[in-house]
Amino acid sequence: MAILVNKNTKVIVQGITGENGKFHTSQMLAYGTKIVGGVTPGKGGQSVEGVPVFNTVSEAVRKTDANASIIFVPARFAPDAILEAADAGIRLIVVITEGIVPSDMLKIKYSLRGTGVRIIGPNCPGIITADECKVGIMPGYIHKRGKVGVISRSGTLTYEAVYQLTKLGIGETTCVGIGGDPIVGTTFLDLLELFSKDDETECVVMIGEIGGSAEEEAADYIAKYFKKPVVSFIAGATAPPEKRMGHAGAIISGKRSTAQSKMEYLKSKGIKVVENPSQIGDTVWEILKKK
Amino acid sequence: MKLHEYQAKTLFKEYGIPVPDGDVAKTPEEAREVAKKLMGDKFVVKAQVQAGGRGKAGGVRVVSTAEEVFLAAQKILGMRLVSKQTGPEGRLVKKILVERGLEIKSEMYCAFLIDRSKERVSLIFSTAGGMDIEEVAEQHPDKIRKIAIDPVNGLQPYIVRDLVFYFGINPNLSSSLYNLLSNMYKMFIEKDLSLIEINPLVITDRDELMAIDAKVNVEDNALFRQKALAEMRDPDEEDQRERIAHQYNLNYISLSGNIGCLVNGAGLAMATMDIIKYFGGEPANFLDIGGGANKQSITEGFKLILSDPKVRGILVNIFGGIVKCDLVAQSVIEAVKEMGISVPLVVRLEGTNAEQAREIIRSSGIKLYYAQGMSEAAEMIVKLVT
Repeated sequence: MAILVNKNTKVIVQGITGENGKFHTSQMLAYGTKIVGGVTPGKGGQSVEGVPVFNTVSEAVRKTDANASIIFVPARFAPDAILEAADAGIRLIVVITEGIVPSDMLKIKYSLRGTGVRIIGPNCPGIITADECKVGIMPGYIHKRGKVGVISRSGTLTYEAVYQLTKLGIGETTCVGIGGDPIVGTTFLDLLELFSKDDETECVVMIGEIGGSAEEEAADYIAKYFKKPVVSFIAGATAPPEKRMGHAGAIISGKRSTAQSKMEYLKSKGIKVVENPSQIGDTVWEILKKK
Repeated sequence: MKLHEYQAKTLFKEYGIPVPDGDVAKTPEEAREVAKKLMGDKFVVKAQVQAGGRGKAGGVRVVSTAEEVFLAAQKILGMRLVSKQTGPEGRLVKKILVERGLEIKSEMYCAFLIDRSKERVSLIFSTAGGMDIEEVAEQHPDKIRKIAIDPVNGLQPYIVRDLVFYFGINPNLSSSLYNLLSNMYKMFIEKDLSLIEINPLVITDRDELMAIDAKVNVEDNALFRQKALAEMRDPDEEDQRERIAHQYNLNYISLSGNIGCLVNGAGLAMATMDIIKYFGGEPANFLDIGGGANKQSITEGFKLILSDPKVRGILVNIFGGIVKCDLVAQSVIEAVKEMGISVPLVVRLEGTNAEQAREIIRSSGIKLYYAQGMSEAAEMIVKLVT
């Protein structure tokens, strides 16, 4: 079953004629994703990797019935692109773009409250349902269909965890990079709700990092409602305060947003916290073995 | 990006946020002139560095005459100010702010910031001004209020009325407090700030509100549309390696350990530092070469690590996705050939084109250690440097 995307998801690529858009369109197609169209204003009528390009998202939706979009457009044009997709009826918008102004993101989320539009990201690697559909930039071959849902604020660290799961033969259902920005469309908590209803997912790996309190909010939810085991790693135990560690959202401001305080909080809520990131897979294996 | 206090106060004036009369000075002579123009018998001389704890570090002096301003300026200008926020090397003071001293009745705290949890801009207000606001929040949670602002309607008067009555502030100040907070909010939005903080906001003996200090951080992602603010950047406040890294779109942060790290992706880069620490080592830096890394940027990144005298060993940890391992290998070899390397190098390459990368390194003849997986890589480099 998995969550969010499957082999029937029809995807358009916003910014398809750019270097990244083009490259990842070919990668997503190779993975088997149904890429039905692309959008670049002024380049309608062209085609990229055999995919038709449209001038506007509404035209693309009318002609292709797309229900998901992946956005590669540069940061300063990305808020406009997100709102255009939402207005055209797209209900799942994956924003790869890094560098969107958080206050713009805040306004977008505010406007889209109650509309049923789900944004993943920004500043994220996207979503993949193993062996079915990839709407993102992660290397496809490290994924293998299995039992674990993965939610992460990071890109390559997620690949690390996924590869461990795949090599151990455990495999994944859906992996979601929620993004490294301070304001993201979909949080750990939102995805835990989806994973709780997905019978195929037996365990969830949650990869957090310093900054904010999204992990703590997820932990409260897990303690109260989430029945499946959760394994977590929090990156940034060695990060200095007040410094942005690559991700705009990975910044320690105050005592609560440190890795140590997050790990302690998660442990206090019964979540298995891994301190060595290379043992995420082994820890999941131990837990599933006992089940 | 942080602004200096004097820069922040210039913006405050534009937005009608009251600040003490004063001006910035680069020499003791200039400082004396500023004091003479201000007249009066109480002056405050403040070091302009972007770090908290200036008072305790001897960077703020209160004096009575223009001549004393001159002497205070002599002491502060050119000093290396060391506070708990600057690190042991401190910051060189090149500018001071000279202001008229005020008689203060009470001190408050106010700030606007992006509240990640509420996903709003929030106002934080407290009557325990001049203190570490985190301590106030912990020890006296009743003395601090946090109010999320509706993004469409903005700061409404009832919010300020609520504060005035809750904290028992003189009701005659209600409208000037509302004006001050609305102006702060307006500046926060219009200038794309990530933080605007006044600590302390004081009530003077004349019952006027005044921003004694000013802390303003500009959202880095918005600098493309805040050109005037971007020009206020003070390169002296940045670590030199961090500044060079920035030019090549690398995310680099100096740390105090001795193991240099080169990693792709911010999360993996942090995790690499963490695992080094887990095995008993100390990272010398955070370096995320990013998804858009090219040969030049990776080479420059590696050179940055090599140029750090603290570094006793280097760990390269790559999980190739968008960034291909062979490109990293070529770039590292190039940097080593150009700079030479006298410390042990451990390389762990996984993902896209990892096999080609190993072949490239093998044929280059450069001496290094290969590791399988992160754990092995970290253990290896820690052993090699100790």
